[in-house]
Amino acid sequence: MDTSVTPAAEENVWGGGNKPLGASYGKMMMWFFIVSDALTFSGFLAAYGFSRFKFIETWPIADEVFTHVPFFHGNYPMYYVAFMTFILIMSSVTMVLAVDAGHHMKKSKVVLYMFLTIIGGAIFVGSQAWEWATFIKGDYGALETKGGRILQFVNAETGERAALGDFAASIPDVRQEHLEQNGVWYYGDESSLPTYSLNEVVEGFKSNPNILIRTETLTDDHQKTMLTREESLERIEDAVLVVEGANLVRNEYGSRLFADFFFFITGFHGFHVFSGVVINIIIFFNIILGTYERRGHYEMVEKVGLYWHFVDLVWVFVFTFFYLV
Amino acid sequence: MSAIVQEHTEDHAHDHGHHHKETFITKYIFSQDHKMIAKQYLITGLIMGFIGIGMSLLFRMQLAFPGESFLLFEWFLGDWAPDGVMDADIYLALVTIHGTIMVFFVLTAGLSGTFSNLLIPLQIGARDMASGFLNMISYWLFFISSVIMVSSIFIEAGPAAAGWTIYPPLSALPMAQPGSGLGMTLWLVSMAVFIASSLMGSLNYIVTVINLRTKGMSMTRLPLTIWAFFVTAIIGVISFPVLLSAALLLIMDRSFGTSFFLSDIFIQGEVLHYQGGSPVLFEHLFWFLGHPEVYIVLLPALGITSEVMSTNARKPIFGYRAMVASILAIAFLSTIVWGHHMFISGMNPFLGSVFTFTTLLIAIPSAVKAFNYITTLWKGNLQLNPAMLFSIGLVSTFITGGLTGIILGDSTLDINVHDTYFVVAHFHLVMGISALYGLFAGVYHWFPKMFGKMMNKNLGYVHFWVTAVCAYGVFFPMHFVGMAGVPRRYYENTAFPMFDELTDVQVLMTVFALIAGAAQLVFAYNFVHSIFYGRPAEQNPWKSNTLEWTAPVKHFHGNWEGEIPEVHRWAYDYSKTWDNGDYIIPGQDYVPQHIPLQENEEELQH
Repeated sequence: MDTSVTPAAEENVWGGGNKPLGASYGKMMMWFFIVSDALTFSGFLAAYGFSRFKFIETWPIADEVFTHVPFFHGNYPMYYVAFMTFILIMSSVTMVLAVDAGHHMKKSKVVLYMFLTIIGGAIFVGSQAWEWATFIKGDYGALETKGGRILQFVNAETGERAALGDFAASIPDVRQEHLEQNGVWYYGDESSLPTYSLNEVVEGFKSNPNILIRTETLTDDHQKTMLTREESLERIEDAVLVVEGANLVRNEYGSRLFADFFFFITGFHGFHVFSGVVINIIIFFNIILGTYERRGHYEMVEKVGLYWHFVDLVWVFVFTFFYLV
Repeated sequence: MSAIVQEHTEDHAHDHGHHHKETFITKYIFSQDHKMIAKQYLITGLIMGFIGIGMSLLFRMQLAFPGESFLLFEWFLGDWAPDGVMDADIYLALVTIHGTIMVFFVLTAGLSGTFSNLLIPLQIGARDMASGFLNMISYWLFFISSVIMVSSIFIEAGPAAAGWTIYPPLSALPMAQPGSGLGMTLWLVSMAVFIASSLMGSLNYIVTVINLRTKGMSMTRLPLTIWAFFVTAIIGVISFPVLLSAALLLIMDRSFGTSFFLSDIFIQGEVLHYQGGSPVLFEHLFWFLGHPEVYIVLLPALGITSEVMSTNARKPIFGYRAMVASILAIAFLSTIVWGHHMFISGMNPFLGSVFTFTTLLIAIPSAVKAFNYITTLWKGNLQLNPAMLFSIGLVSTFITGGLTGIILGDSTLDINVHDTYFVVAHFHLVMGISALYGLFAGVYHWFPKMFGKMMNKNLGYVHFWVTAVCAYGVFFPMHFVGMAGVPRRYYENTAFPMFDELTDVQVLMTVFALIAGAAQLVFAYNFVHSIFYGRPAEQNPWKSNTLEWTAPVKHFHGNWEGEIPEVHRWAYDYSKTWDNGDYIIPGQDYVPQHIPLQENEEELQH
């Protein structure tokens, strides 16, 4: 707002016949749309908080879940998601530069910065897809008990997580085929079957004395509870299912709500980023065609900029609640 | 700043000065003119209203005469009423769809959609909404969602039957009951489209009120209708998205196997895989919308009442600023009271006492409004036309229903009457009937503006008096039925001997309901007949101050020929006199907003 506004003029700001907030209706609609969308996300995050608090004692530790970086092997907790976040925030910076260049009517600069913004968004969406793929594929594998709890395995000597493949026995047996007539839940194809049968894992566990079970329950120093060998042998009797990777129904990392909310909230956010990229591309071509040059202003870039910053801001919250705390 | 003002006014004259030729399709169907869109909303809303009320008559008959055979049931329900006896599943479905249609389609879209669209541009002095295009899309999305909702009645397993609050697991498990299948899916699709429609409408209302007020129309000179619509739109933008969150999570649970709202469920001996979710979470998300929704329904009715009452009492509204403040206070409080719907849901009882406190606070702004209405009437020169009668009726039901709200808002008292007909009586009076009265008041008052014709006054009186008597006839005894313990949503209570004595009361309520339903046919006849054969309206039939009455009767896109009137005073200079007792304008007891202050005239301190 202009600093030279006199008190008398100030009185008239809301007096009618002008735009009291100094913004066009389109820009204001974008603002109020953002308010509305922010509340949708708040609804999801509140639901996430509600559910996580309910399972505060067994919630998976994010540092142990998101440890992968493309093209590298090993344990790099949070490195990749930090990179993604950085890219997204940088794309916000280039968006600011594009809006600023638009204020100065510098078409070529707007084109350049919009292009960078689009690239940043695309990298983020791609990384998200990779992260999902990794999460779905899973890491070490686990067993699920009758009560729906997850049992993970640890090598007692090294203290490292043990993958099912490290110790599972190989028992050649013919898998019994589940037919539609026998149950409500029927999976038509075999691809959803885990690599190892329950029997193979249990037998392998029994013949490997250096493998221990880790339960979902968190200890006081925020680690998962390790069972002794005796407790482990007792506990494994409860197992009913081999779980590898994660989906909406079960996941090897622990509480299934963790995966449900992860997929849903990052998916909903990813959908926003994706639509943002599409809108940015449309605007990008409009800029190249000179639409806004002819119109005399680049307000459209500002409007999509608002949306883009909002999507970035939402990610900051999602990032905080899913990965950091 | 002045440069901006200049640019803006020029912009206007330039933009809308010329009238382009319109075809039938752009004028009547895909119209971007707010007045046509308002009429589209009104007629769609009224049709939905007749469907909704019709359903209530059917299930009221079942309640009064449980298990008896009616030809009417056979006609309307077909296979769902074998031998004319209503099936229990369809009873629940009727209750559910009645609630959904009345709350969302009639009293949200039909009320707010109609009058926000009609009045915002006309009363603030604008040529149209900020975006006519979005406005048109908003209506057509509403139309599509109405069609989907109505079409769900015609599917084989019946429409959604989980109550309008669609609590899981009934709504989340497609195999839970007949209505949980395709019917529930259609319900969710319809509501998702409805939310998009409501969002577009609300965004338009908000920015139009902020940006497009004519010169001199400061916020404190806005008619209270506009304040009400403005704040309603804001609550809509804040609360509907949370319903969207809940609905999306519910769709995930229904169709993709997540466990957000479900845990440990057995069906037919089979244990389902859902684990860890909580239906209480759904209730929180739902009622975060659900409670503000009550005020989305009610505030426009209160705004309409303020305007109609002041005009017809020929007196300024009492306590203009207090009215605005209480609208704002109600809007704010409405977002922090949702837990009072969940006192016995298993929510922490401590939270219950917090929500009791915030809920009881709402009594303050509500009482301010009620007293201001009464004081506006006090010693007024009352013009008891149908619109005014319905406005007074609103104040009556608002108070009657509001008083029981104090009981229900208090967790310790609520537990005793929870989920009984006491609750049904409360919310029907305070939001259902009150908002309907507001809708009727608005229709009678602005009919001349909408259709250029007058409605028949005598039929209006018949409509009002029969409706008023019968509405109390239905809902007043219902309090006692509720206090006797009769639970809501039960198909029949014949299995409980202790309720046998109440059968006569049930019959009484049903008879009143049927008569009230018949009275609405009088309204429908009056409405349709007057559109075609009504007496032609003069420009300002109620001698009212607001700007819409300075626009010509004939409709065209742009509202005013030539310049938009400039505003010089607030909207309530009725019966304003000089010190010697003469009216400001000789022989005229009202001074419209566009009349400049006369020499030596003092602007009212409002």
